[in-house]
This record gives sequence, structure tokens and C-alpha cells, in this order.
Amino acid sequence: MFKFCSVAAAALLVGWSATAQQAPFGIGHKITDAQIAPWNIDIRGDDGAGLPPGRGTVAAGEKLYVQQCASCHGEFGEGNGRWPELMGGRGTLTHDDPRKTIGSYWPWAPTVFDYVRRTMPFAAPQSLSDDETYSIVAYLLHLNDLLPADASLDAKALAAVRMPNRDGFIVGDPRPDVRAVPCMKDCKKGEIEILSDLAKSLGVTPNQRPKD
Amino acid sequence: MKAGRRTFFKRGLAAGGVAALATQHPKMLAAQGGLDGKPLEVPDWTKMLGPGVTAEPYGVPSEFEKNVVRRNVPWLTVSEQASVSFTPLQDLDGIITPSGLCFERHHGGTPTIDPEQHRLVIHGLVRQPLVFTMADLVRFPSVSRICFVECPANGGMEWRGAQMAGLQFSHGMVHCCEWTGVKLSTLLDEVGLVPQAKWLLAEGADAAAMTRSLPIDKALDDVIVAYSQNGERIRPEQGYPLRLVVPGWEGNVHIKWLRRIKLGERPWQHREETSKYTDLMADGKARQFTFVQEANSVITAPCPEKPLKDKGFYEIRGLAWSGHGKVARVDVSVDGGRNWQSAALQEPILSKCLTRFRLPWRWEGGPAFLQSRVIDETGYVQPTIAELRKARGVNSVYHKNSIHTWRVNVDGTLDNVQIL
Ligand code: HEC
Repeated sequence: MFKFCSVAAAALLVGWSATAQQAPFGIGHKITDAQIAPWNIDIRGDDGAGLPPGRGTVAAGEKLYVQQCASCHGEFGEGNGRWPELMGGRGTLTHDDPRKTIGSYWPWAPTVFDYVRRTMPFAAPQSLSDDETYSIVAYLLHLNDLLPADASLDAKALAAVRMPNRDGFIVGDPRPDVRAVPCMKDCKKGEIEILSDLAKSLGVTPNQRPKD
Repeated sequence: MKAGRRTFFKRGLAAGGVAALATQHPKMLAAQGGLDGKPLEVPDWTKMLGPGVTAEPYGVPSEFEKNVVRRNVPWLTVSEQASVSFTPLQDLDGIITPSGLCFERHHGGTPTIDPEQHRLVIHGLVRQPLVFTMADLVRFPSVSRICFVECPANGGMEWRGAQMAGLQFSHGMVHCCEWTGVKLSTLLDEVGLVPQAKWLLAEGADAAAMTRSLPIDKALDDVIVAYSQNGERIRPEQGYPLRLVVPGWEGNVHIKWLRRIKLGERPWQHREETSKYTDLMADGKARQFTFVQEANSVITAPCPEKPLKDKGFYEIRGLAWSGHGKVARVDVSVDGGRNWQSAALQEPILSKCLTRFRLPWRWEGGPAFLQSRVIDETGYVQPTIAELRKARGVNSVYHKNSIHTWRVNVDGTLDNVQIL
């Protein structure tokens, strides 16, 4: 009885009015932060909100990286074969063949932690501990000349890393950026000018047979 | 002669040759079936009983449609788990994509999820975090809508030039289904948004634990937390048992295998909205959060996979769509954009949905350049590739929605070309 009263009083105190604030359908189950914790793994890129306690070092990261990542991403992050490269490419974003990597393209360092912890190594996602992730991220940043070889990394240090392409993004959609006019008659003069006619001869299109 | 052919026919079947039958079938019809002055024949399938009901408890397409399948481009990605397959648009009619033919795009393969154990958590800047079972979710008031889902990289292989000798690969990263579920706004009401909640993070339960940030205005507008696709529970590769459907917006935000929604103040800047799904411009700056799939269209018949056989009548058919709303008009040109005619649009014309267009045409056997150009209800006109390149360069990867050209050659074959 006493318990019931105090719950009711607490509800009144925080201003719950049954009409305005109660869940309209009453379907679903209350859940606490502690219950959600195993799934609550997101880290905000721009300030590192959500980064866990713990720390790692470039040196420890190199060992882990060689064991768990290098087979695909290359010993120095250069990417084995066609597996993604994780380093280099700075200054290439305006080139014919831009190389978009952590070092050249990613605007926020904590995003690397978020991504590696949630989904790498590719065949064993969410198997790295927080300390291991800090170490591997430290090594990835080192490969991109963003941390010295003797560096260690924790939440604060990671959020403080300034990525080279931090200011490389235009936020807000500027489209429509092309305003075409729908001409109907005699819209072009002369021969049709072909810009590109290699689709057949390139031979990169898979054949049409069903997959066996 | 006739008996001999029959014997061969049966032997082919006995030899396990349903596939062999499939390849011979058209020839046999032509030889038998009332053509070239020959009488019609009564075929075997009319003279014997076929299998009874529930021979296939879950029906499958005819054996003769084995070629109508999704295909991938092996050189495009290094792993089939982080890859894409393409819808066979060249084989489809109408606006609904059969569930099993919808293009796939995964970053960590398709998880096998037991719906009894699946959970959706909504938390963060809410008054009361809640967890829902699938049974909970289907109890809420439901909505159904038909809309397209298009990967923003659809056509992205062709920013620099025509590369894919077929419609399936040039445009097959789009599908259109009826989705049923609960409006996200209904669920957000249930947890109660606090005023600071301006964005949300949606997260999948797959090996990629795929995440994307979405602004709250869209979430409260028309986003659906869907459990059904084309009338049945969603296919595993499309997000079973739960996916986000974000009408008109790029495919990557339609988070499959949805397990968690977190409300926050601003976007999370995750890998899929920084490293990927950002549009690199010629000056080296990249556009971020370019969510809407602007209007696009393509001629689906004829196309490289469906060449012209004889001179004479053809119906030019195609698909048009816009992430901003309804298709208002589609123009078709057979002379490479010199002259255009407006095509007929097939009802229903729905917002953010594939729309069929068609135009009667006589092919006289000469070369032709077929193009379609969509105008949507906002007045937006599908641009040429030259106009797009002028505005964005060729490094964008995403959001290439330019007018597409099929060149008809004198032998009736078609090529993917880009013209000025
Ligand atoms: C079996 C091969 C494989 C291994 C081993 C592997 N990865 Fe990956 N990695 C991939 C693939 C494939 C992708 C791209 C996934 C996609 O398409 O979404 C990727 C993507 C990445 C990216 C994002 C690259 C970008 O620019 O967007 C990072 C960072 C990364 N991996 C880090 C790691 C780390 C750290 C490890 C070791 C703990 C690791 N990977 C182990 C295959 C692998």
C-alpha cells in the first residue's frame, strides 16, 4: 500500500498526466539502460559520445592488426587485392581516381572506433574488446600519420584527433542542382554525338545464364 | 518423324532434362505449333494429368522462367557478403517487383533471425524506452503502401561512361513492393519524444550492424517499420523480420533486420554517412545527407537483353519514378533527343513508386536512339548525363539519374551508349 502511494506521488511529481503523456496503445515493454547496454554500442562521430572506458596503444594495435586485419586490408592498410584500403590517398579527392580512406576522407576519428567495434573483423564482428579496439584504431590512425608510434589512445584522446578531411563535407542537400528544360521539337542539330560506346566491347557485363 | 521427336522429347525428360526441355521448348513449338502452314498439334501436356494441388506448397515460377533471376557483378565487390545483386528489370511487367527478384545489397550477408527472439528497442531522447517483440508490433494499427527502394549507387558505374551492356546492371538496383507495418510515428508516440530529439539512429541486427541517421521530420512523416512485403512476411534478404521503409529516400537508409532506434540531437556521422553514401564533387568536397532519390526513368523494352526481332510494331515500355512524389509526365525520343513525344502512363500513378509508361512505335529497320525523360510533380526534369557531369563531375558514385540511351542497331540488337 505504501509502495503504491509513493509511486503515485512520484508520478504526480514529475508531472505525468495520464491523458497527455501516457503511451497511446500501451503495447511494448519498459526496458532499462542496463538491459539495453549490450546493444547500445553507437558512438557519435563528431564528439565521441558513447566511447567506452579503456585504452590501447599503437604498439598493441599493430600486433592485433597483423593477426586479425592484415589478411584483407594489407600489412600497412594498403588493401590486399581488392579488399578495401585503410590508409593513404590524401590529396587525391580531386583526382581522376580519388582514394577515399580513413586518412583522406573520413571526417571524424571516433567513427573508426564505432565501425571497427560493430562490424570488424569481417568474419567475426563484435569479437573485439574495447581495449583491443582502442589499440587497433590507434594503429589505423598511426598508419595514416595521425598518431606517433608510441601513442596510446583512450576516449578523450580519440575525440581530440583532428581528421584531415574534417571540413570536406557539405551538409544540407543542394539539389536540385540541375534544372533541365524539356524541349520537345528539333532539340538538337546535326549528327548524334556519341560520348561513350564501350559497354559491349569492355566485356565486363556478366552473361545472362542463370546461376547454377 | 513425329513419333521420333516425341520419343526424344520424353527421353529428354527422363534423363532429368527439365532444363534441357527448357532450352528445346521454343524450337519445338515453332516446328509444331501451327506456324509455316503446319497444323496445330495437341501437345503431351494436354493429354496427361499434371501435378495436383500443393505439389509445390509454396509456388515457384515455371521451369521455363529459370533465366529470370537476380545477378551480381563479380568484379564489382570482393565478397558476396558485402555485395549487390540486380533486379532483372528486362523480364518484368507492371510496377510490383516479385519479392524473390528484388535486388539485394548487404554489407555483412543475410542473417537468419528467429522472429520469436527478435526485438526492437527504441531509446535515447525518449520519455520511456521500450522494447517490442514481433507479436507486439503487429498489434499496432497497420499501414500498407507501395513504394520503390533504390540504391543510390544505381547507375553509379556509368558516371564516366557507358559500361554495362544490359538493363539489369545499368538500372537493376531498384525494386517496388507493397510494404505493411506500423508507422514509425506511432511507435515514437508510444515511447514519447522529448523536444531535443531531432535525429534518430536506426540499426540492423546483421553482421554489419548497419546504421544510418535520419532526421526526425522524415521519421514522423511517412516512415514505416515494416514486417510484410507484397502480402507476406518480408524475405530474409530484404530484412526479415523487420525493416525500415523510408519512401523516396536512398536504399541504404531502409535499414534491414531493424533492431534498434535511438533518438538523439544530431546525426551520428557513422561510416555509412561519411565514408560511404556521400557524393564527392569535382572540387574534392563531398555532399552529405543527400537522401532523396531524384526522378529517374529507363526504357525496359526493348533493351540489350530483349533485342528487336523483326521490323514492324513495338511498344516501347519503361519505368519512371521520383523520390519527391508522383511521376507527372514521361517523354520518349527515338532519335536521340531531337524530338520527343509524351508517353501514356499506366494507372496507378502513386507517389514515390515505380510508374509504367508506354509508347507505340514502328521500327523500320534503321538505327535509332531510344531515350526516356521523366518530369515529376515538382516540375523536376530528368537531366542529361552531360548536365549532371557539369554540375557534379564524375566522382560522385551516387545519385546518377541521367537520361539513358539505348542505340538500336540495324540487326535489331541494342547497345548502352551515352550521347550528347
Ligand atoms: C575477411 C576480410 C576482412 C578482414 C579480416 C577485415 N576486414 Fe575490414 N573490411 C572488409 C570488407 C569486405 C569491408 C567493406 C565492407 C562493406 O562493404 O561494407 C571492410 C571495411 C573496413 C573498414 C571501412 C573502410 C572504409 O573506408 O569505409 C575498416 C575501417 C575496416 N574494415 C577495418 C578492419 C579492421 C580493423 C579489421 C581487423 C580487426 C578488419 N577490418 C578485418 C573485410 C575485412
